[in-house]
Amino acid sequence: MENKGTYAGGRAVYIVDGNRTPFLKAQAKAGPFAAADLAVGAGKALLARQPFAPEQLDEVIIGCIIPSPDEVNIARIIALRLGCGKKVPAWTVQRNCGSGMQALDSAARNIASGQADLILAGGSEAMSHAPVLLPPATVELLGEWLKARSLGARLQILSRLRPAHFQLVFALLKGLSDPVVNLSMGQTAEILAQRFNISREQMDAYALASHRRSAAAQDAGFFSEISPLYGRDGHVYSSDDGVRRDSDLARLAQLKPVFDRSFGRVTAGNSAQVTDGAALLLLASEVAVQRYNLPVRGRIVDCAWAGLDPAQMGLGPVHAMTPILLRQGLSSSSIDFWEINEAFATQVLACQQAWQDRDYCHNELGLGQPWGAIPADKLNVDGGAVAIGHPVGSSGARIVLHLLHVLERNQAERGMASLCIGGGQGGAMLIERGRGGEHDDN
Amino acid sequence: MMTTEEPYNHWRYTLEGDGIGWLTLDKAGSSTNSLSQSVLEELDLLLGVIAATPPKALILRSGKVSGFIAGADVTEFTTISDEATALALITRGQSILSKLAALPLPTIALIHGFCLGGGLELALACQYRVASDDAATRLGLPEVQLGIHPGFGGTVRLTALVGDLTAMELMLSGRTLAAKAALKIGLVDYALPRRHLENAARAMISAPPPHRRLPWRQRMLALLPKALLAGRMRKSVAAKADRHHYPAPYALIDLWQNFGSRDKANYAAEAASVAKLIIGSTARNLLRVFLLQEELKATGRGAGVPIRRVHVIGGGTMGGDIAIWCALQGLEVTIQDIDTARLGQVVKRGAALFSRQLKDGRAIQAALDRLLPDPSGDGVAKADLVIEAIFEDADAKRSLYRQIEPRLRPDAILATNTSSIPLQELASALTRPERLIGLHFFNPVDKMQLVEVVSSPQSDAAILQRGAAFVLAIKRLPLAVSSSPGFLVNRILMPYLLEAVTLVEEGRDPAQVDRAATAFGMPMGPIRLADTVGLDICLSVATILSRHYPVEVPEKLRALVAAGQLGKKSGRGFYDDRHGDHRQGGSEVDTAIADRLILRLLNEAVACWREGVVNSGDRLDAGVIFGTGFAPFRGGPLQHIKASGAAVLLARLQGLEQAHGHRFTPDPGWQELVRAEVSRA
Repeated sequence: MENKGTYAGGRAVYIVDGNRTPFLKAQAKAGPFAAADLAVGAGKALLARQPFAPEQLDEVIIGCIIPSPDEVNIARIIALRLGCGKKVPAWTVQRNCGSGMQALDSAARNIASGQADLILAGGSEAMSHAPVLLPPATVELLGEWLKARSLGARLQILSRLRPAHFQLVFALLKGLSDPVVNLSMGQTAEILAQRFNISREQMDAYALASHRRSAAAQDAGFFSEISPLYGRDGHVYSSDDGVRRDSDLARLAQLKPVFDRSFGRVTAGNSAQVTDGAALLLLASEVAVQRYNLPVRGRIVDCAWAGLDPAQMGLGPVHAMTPILLRQGLSSSSIDFWEINEAFATQVLACQQAWQDRDYCHNELGLGQPWGAIPADKLNVDGGAVAIGHPVGSSGARIVLHLLHVLERNQAERGMASLCIGGGQGGAMLIERGRGGEHDDN
Repeated sequence: MMTTEEPYNHWRYTLEGDGIGWLTLDKAGSSTNSLSQSVLEELDLLLGVIAATPPKALILRSGKVSGFIAGADVTEFTTISDEATALALITRGQSILSKLAALPLPTIALIHGFCLGGGLELALACQYRVASDDAATRLGLPEVQLGIHPGFGGTVRLTALVGDLTAMELMLSGRTLAAKAALKIGLVDYALPRRHLENAARAMISAPPPHRRLPWRQRMLALLPKALLAGRMRKSVAAKADRHHYPAPYALIDLWQNFGSRDKANYAAEAASVAKLIIGSTARNLLRVFLLQEELKATGRGAGVPIRRVHVIGGGTMGGDIAIWCALQGLEVTIQDIDTARLGQVVKRGAALFSRQLKDGRAIQAALDRLLPDPSGDGVAKADLVIEAIFEDADAKRSLYRQIEPRLRPDAILATNTSSIPLQELASALTRPERLIGLHFFNPVDKMQLVEVVSSPQSDAAILQRGAAFVLAIKRLPLAVSSSPGFLVNRILMPYLLEAVTLVEEGRDPAQVDRAATAFGMPMGPIRLADTVGLDICLSVATILSRHYPVEVPEKLRALVAAGQLGKKSGRGFYDDRHGDHRQGGSEVDTAIADRLILRLLNEAVACWREGVVNSGDRLDAGVIFGTGFAPFRGGPLQHIKASGAAVLLARLQGLEQAHGHRFTPDPGWQELVRAEVSRA
């Protein structure tokens, strides 16, 4: 089959397997696993069931936004810890919330172009491990202290200490803010709520549905993409622990807005959770599939990245999905299932509104006709990041992996995964079950 | 540059243009350096050459990858028959090292890898020592473990260098130090990455560092009366080793207490003390055990493709601990159990052992990465070796084998950790029975050195050999045994344990029974051991053995297990661990109790020897020592029979048979032992 779009003219890119950790909600302290630990946990179990040795991978590509200070080029650390050996190269990609999907796209490009046959790609994030930093003025004093030789000089430095020197900088909060437009991610969600007139009740209802869908999917065993993690204290983590079964609209309504504190609508309850987790996929060319007799579970058909107003970054998915549908000649109804990462309930709802809005479709997306909303029973059928969590670097890989599971479960053919990206971007990936096209009725 | 010509086999002496002499030991015909007589004599010749035309400085080092010098050549000890010969040899060695110490120029030892015993004594005869800071470098004077103490001036030079108390602690424990720890006590002058050793030596020659003074605490302690300190040392040694069983540490304390101000006299006293120890039965037996240990190791050498991936099935105590141990030793391990909570416990125990053993955070992480919990059993298909460690039920094991055999790699070995089920009963489930072997580990895996490598009549010889190589690779001792019920260790241990239970049943105090065994030299009494192993496990092994041998299971054991008193793990067995029951049997030892315990053990050992469960008496002795802790200074059960007199022991056994019945009936093998004794006499 001829590739169109991003991988045009290249070889087919197959998904042969995938695995993820349970997503662990961040508590007030650093979680039990660093980002590399998470990816190694998911990767060890994934590679253990393959017929090839880890050394036979061509490369490892990992998306990660906030690795610990001792995890520079975390992909290489992960590859070595997975037993890939010194000869398998590894690199880390960073496109904010799109990082996990970027890793898949980079891997797919290398396979399509013939540079690689077998790649481990995905994302990992331990948001609870985000570093806490000293402000620059304090670092400056520290530098002088280290150079100071005499007691007098040191006393002089101490005398210059002011309360402001102890104002710690939380990398996580900085990471979740846009320095160019000076807005937190939550505030960009508030802007969308305002623009599309999305009420607090609508957001909370969406959030509640996400939890209910995830809980139902857990009960039905629909998260078979998860392998347990084992802590050094013997604790076994086997499922996503952010899913709340006791939630209801009344409780959600009690929560205070966290971003625009006075009159805002976006609360912790209708936003994605701060979470630790990793998701990995194994991508292969036809050559690798034949060499190791690998199962072809799915195919990455196309991928697109789009830029938009950073203050409305939550609409990124419609900007990224639209060009894929156009160039692949697909109508909205030819997509069987959709995953749009739930950074904020309101942001998913805004995407739905935007695709129904004649002006938005015309002015921003260049469409003659509005695309129309995605049917609710086709979108995030097992819940999303509001319930499961959004470890920023991994979510892109998680939604693609889970989408494949949804397609398999429903014997469906085609799925679209998409997410909004802080800084004003959107990313989208089109996949098909199996080799693609073989089950198609058209 | 000038290099010495032959006639030197072991040493190489090179004088460089800058006037520094390099003296390299590369012992001929061996992969490790040891101080044999010929190595020492050559050194003596070379020291003569060096003294005649002194270089600016002399640097000693090893030409072996494996390390500096592992110690004296202990095989030469076996040829020493009398005290006078011993004294002459020791005095000669001392004088050669003294010649080195007396050289009027800077001398520096560059140390990597093992620097033990005589090797460290040689380094101590140099003015400076520089050691590589890697994990392979170990320094120490472990002579007490062979029933002697340092004899080439080590007792004198080490005490002078690091202080009396530090030195005595090192020599009495026999423990070895990493370079950084050696630096801390002043044993070495630098602990550095290996790449810097030579640079450091050159720098030390151009600017000799001052000699270190002892820390004030050491100097203050040394002011205390020696008699007081010696008394405290004796007390702490007595808690671990009996004076009559292990005389060396006591001799070392006496030697130190009597040190005078003149080094020469102290060297002479050291030599006399070692000469006396070295011909004693403890040293001889410990040396024999050491050599047998080397022999067992040799049975695992040089065989086939090494095992890299191990899959263990069964996450209980044994399966989990085997998996943990393999991961610690660098293998890739998957551990399978349906119950993920048990796998969590395995990871927890692994993290604890790795932290204790490895200390370095990255190494601990790497070991944990190698230990993969595998609830779905994916590891079966990739493993070089699959070890089954599920509960002791032949049907369950056979059904498991039928499930996994189709998934095994063609060259994979299947091993069972069964402690008592004959392999023939299990192999019947396999289409390729020749690939089944037994790898019987003992609890606790990280402490017990022995692993029985069990063969069934169908086992393939090359597969067994590969199994033995695996055992050696994970730093355990392989002992080849045939697949008779209970194999060697449990079979020999069980009559001894059951006799102890019978004694308690008859009304003896458990502590009194245990005391009789520890007085004989067992590391732990049989009742305490049964509590530690678990009474349910003892009962299960005893029951299986009773199907094959005339073993009666005492009612008391069944009753305790039925009452849920399983020993340590349930908080209560024969002893009540909940209330810190540390009863000691007092100092009085009932030899009648000891006789009943030990003779049953010896009788079973004779039976195993006669049946050929192990292919030689020596290996049987080694197996029983490393598998049960049987008093090492007695050299093993067969050696003990030899030393005590087979005829004497047989008569006592016959007496017990008359008093207590057929469980003391002597095995027919005794007759052969008595005949051999008569012919020797």
